[in-house]
Amino acid sequence: MSSNTATADPRDEILEHLPSLRAFAVSLTRNSSSADDLVQDTIIKAWKNFGSYKQGTNLRAWLFTILRNTFYSARRKSKREVADVDGVMANSLSEKPAHDGRLQMADFEKAFAKLNDEQREALVLVGASGMTYEEAAETCGVATGTMKSRVNRARAKLIELMDIDQDEALEMTDAPTAAVVASSMMPRKTAI
Amino acid sequence: MARKDKSLLEQQIDENLRRVFQKETEKEIPDRFTQLLNQLKEQEAQHEQ
Repeated sequence: MSSNTATADPRDEILEHLPSLRAFAVSLTRNSSSADDLVQDTIIKAWKNFGSYKQGTNLRAWLFTILRNTFYSARRKSKREVADVDGVMANSLSEKPAHDGRLQMADFEKAFAKLNDEQREALVLVGASGMTYEEAAETCGVATGTMKSRVNRARAKLIELMDIDQDEALEMTDAPTAAVVASSMMPRKTAI
Repeated sequence: MARKDKSLLEQQIDENLRRVFQKETEKEIPDRFTQLLNQLKEQEAQHEQ
């Protein structure tokens, strides 16, 4: 029970990074229970492989890398890409009303869901989690320049998608068409 | 129709992303994670004895 370790265990810092690890996991899995399973696997792997972490380097980037690799290798195994997306991210996206000139959250949500994994990930790491391009590049194992262009392309794509959505929304008066488009854009479980 | 200014859109995108991410990080950490970390620590302590 009582452990009196005089020196701080650097692994204790894992705890500090759990909130952002979870947020990153949610953005990848788009499902809160899968996200927590992913975080759990990440913690175990990080703990067991802590020897390969270089002290003094960026622990968050190191942890994010483990989480990311765990996610992609599991998905490669299952080969089912968006099977159980429950719209966690989408739900939290749509909660705030756009009354003050902000982007319409619904448009944003739809467009964001249409980005590919690479683009979504780049935007989450750099745009949302506040990582530098260098950190994000390290996390994804790519060159900094590659990360910069991914972020730029993702933003451009998002803008393009939202513009299209806005224009289409005005023209699309045909309800069945709109429904088909909407459901193809947001694969998620139906919930009332 | 009326296309919004691009850089403004980029700012808004980042703002939205940050808001969503922030919201996720503010969620309480489930006990299972702190328990897991404690378990890992204890296992190791026992192993080292």
